[in-house]
Amino acid sequence: MKKNRTILIAGLLLIAGGFGYLLYGGIGENLVYFLEPSELLSQGETAYGEPVRLGGQVVAGTVKWDAEAIDLRFTLTDGKEQVEVHSKKAPPQMFREGQGVVVEGKLNRSGVFESHNLMVKHSNEYQPPHDMKDPRDSYQNLIRSESD
Amino acid sequence: MPEAAGRLHFARELGLTRILGLAAITTAFGLSIYGLIAAVLGARLQRANLVRSARAAAYANAGLLAAANVAMIYALVTHDFSVGYVAQVGSRASPLWVTIVSLWSALEGSILFWGLVLSAYTAVATWLTRDRLGAMGTYATATMLAVSAFFYLLLVGPANPFGRVFPVPIDGPGPNPLLQNHILMAVHPPLLYLGYVGMTVPFAFAIGAMLAGRLDDVWIRETRRWTVTAWMFLSLAIMAGMWWSYEVLGWGGYWAWDPVENASFMPWLTATAFLHSVMVQERRGMLRMWNLTLITSTFLLTILGTFLTRSGVISSVHAFSEGPIGIYFLVFISIILLVSLVLLTGRSSELKSEARIDAPMSRETVFLLNNLVFTVFTFTVLLGTLFPLVAEAVRGVKVSVGAPFFNRMTVPLCAMLLFLVGVGPVLPWRAADMQQLKKKLVVPGAAFLIAAVLGFAAGARNAYALLAFGFAAFALVCNLEEYVIGVRARRRAHGESLLSATGRLFAANNRRYGGYLAHIGLIMVAVGITASSTFRHEREATLTPGETFQSGKYTIRFEELWARDEPQRFSVGAEVSVFIRDRQVGTLHPKLNYYRGRDEPVPTPAVRSRLDRDLYLNLLAFQRDGSNATFTILVEPMVFWIWAGGFVVALGALLGVLPMRRRATINPMRKPAAEPAGV
Repeated sequence: MKKNRTILIAGLLLIAGGFGYLLYGGIGENLVYFLEPSELLSQGETAYGEPVRLGGQVVAGTVKWDAEAIDLRFTLTDGKEQVEVHSKKAPPQMFREGQGVVVEGKLNRSGVFESHNLMVKHSNEYQPPHDMKDPRDSYQNLIRSESD
Repeated sequence: MPEAAGRLHFARELGLTRILGLAAITTAFGLSIYGLIAAVLGARLQRANLVRSARAAAYANAGLLAAANVAMIYALVTHDFSVGYVAQVGSRASPLWVTIVSLWSALEGSILFWGLVLSAYTAVATWLTRDRLGAMGTYATATMLAVSAFFYLLLVGPANPFGRVFPVPIDGPGPNPLLQNHILMAVHPPLLYLGYVGMTVPFAFAIGAMLAGRLDDVWIRETRRWTVTAWMFLSLAIMAGMWWSYEVLGWGGYWAWDPVENASFMPWLTATAFLHSVMVQERRGMLRMWNLTLITSTFLLTILGTFLTRSGVISSVHAFSEGPIGIYFLVFISIILLVSLVLLTGRSSELKSEARIDAPMSRETVFLLNNLVFTVFTFTVLLGTLFPLVAEAVRGVKVSVGAPFFNRMTVPLCAMLLFLVGVGPVLPWRAADMQQLKKKLVVPGAAFLIAAVLGFAAGARNAYALLAFGFAAFALVCNLEEYVIGVRARRRAHGESLLSATGRLFAANNRRYGGYLAHIGLIMVAVGITASSTFRHEREATLTPGETFQSGKYTIRFEELWARDEPQRFSVGAEVSVFIRDRQVGTLHPKLNYYRGRDEPVPTPAVRSRLDRDLYLNLLAFQRDGSNATFTILVEPMVFWIWAGGFVVALGALLGVLPMRRRATINPMRKPAAEPAGV
């Protein structure tokens, strides 16, 4: 009986220890840092290939969106540095120049940030519409005359 | 009716609704403090009249909180923007159901609703156990009143929904668009609160048991129905949350290891462990200290979850409200932690096990492993959820723990749990007869192989996916086998028909077979998750009107864009025809909704859900002139089984708590008769 108990406790400790080790390694490998372009670029060599979330503003006049090929390029800035972002995903309808966005991905060797996820920054608070006209006016032409 | 309108206007001028609400929550706060003191003194000094007055306070609170909630709903429905919370979430343009549901769309209203649920649980649990459980019951009431006092303190203090707004605004912004965009938001929060708050009852009786020194399993038996009911609500709530995420967020997934999802999942994990480990205590008198620890952890995790969601400490898509209440929660959590630790360590010498495990191959061992896996699971999720907070506080860096961490850590644990779901019911208490065990495991073993091979043939190459399919089939057959054995035994012994034997088997041991049914539901969920994540096929395409696109067996054709003006929102949608092999099978309308005053649109994906697979279309972007539109086109197999499985889990839990009347024809010998031959 005593022996069984010792074996049980030893087994539990072994499992717990092993899992603790896995946890420690796992969390270290899967940390995603939230950075701004200047912080990313200041990391130099170590920045390449590391998964990060990059937040900043879309620079006006830099957006190149190829709808047929689903290919999006734009430049992101934090006011200090700029990073070119490339994505093979369609931008959300809210995406526009001057907009605050967060992209998830990695900086590649040629200095382009390859994004696999693009999120438009928004706040939960009520904001009167500012940089966009009321959708009621903008998309009035899409209202069908017949009911659907 | 000018006179009635005038009266309404007059009442509003005076702020009667506000005053009523304020009076109700303030009185409830005072009564909960009084009741707490009266209950503790009454139990200590053995003064029955004090105890009775404490119970009366608990009953009165239920009425007061009901009144406060009715007052708030009235203020919402009548658009009384002089009430702080109405000015914050109300809107004249919202449909009626959104207006009512706004009660729980932001911090103050949710705490008010939480208070109602808590007061109702407290009153009913106190009423049902009055004069039966002595000091333990009284201390349990005291504990529930103490928890109530905390929430009422939030209501009269930092989360007061009845604040006065002056000058009175003419209209409000309405609740968060994400919340009013789907009917599930009317369902998910109440379910979550019923589950979360329900865990207060077993926790209170655990504290009561420790304070009163009644450390046998009375507190467990008295609260079993409460625990299972709360667990059922929590399970349904988690599933409704997943469903909402799938139907609203537009990414075609249902679980992202978001901190707020984790917050609802952690107490579910510990509560599930608790539901199993109490059986070991009831049967064998073991794990008594552990069970007290588990239910305390479950309760703590519900409070921690509310802290994470409601204090805004973790910015997440779900963190809808922010406020100064974080520190209140931290103090409350510390107090519970301290009190529980003192009580547990103080009683530890009296909590020795009455028995030891006899054999490694026994149900006790499986329950022990089950608890080990659930504990490790909870710890993993907790670590991943809190790590960013700690990193930000200690190192000042903003960091997030990616979903790959959670998946890598928890997928093996899920596979282990699936295996245990299978072997648990098959193994008997104390020690297994190896011959019989081998016989019982032949068919499930074969099922494992067949399912794994089928999974491989279907294209799954991930080892864990194959294991999951295999163990799911294994566990399914194991649990079904128990039904079959039970029904067969009944038919042999009583000569009953198949149908009546099945019915009576459930009636005679609803707890056990309800549990197996919950297992089967869980297996369905596991299969749905494995299949949909393994065989998920995602594409994006920009289409011009009339253009087609093929994905799997589906061909879709973008017909045209349309727009619709509604009072609270403006929607732009796409008409998309769906074909399977040139035959049109339906039309889908994914759309984007622009809510008043918010310039970010909220998507409403269109889903064609079938038993075998879902076709999921999300409108990502469109040209103003309607010349093209960009879609996400997702084909996901077996998503339906996740939702169906969730309902089966809840059904199993419901079956387990229903008060079944044992029929006279059934052999009244409890344990031996309920265990079919061979178990």
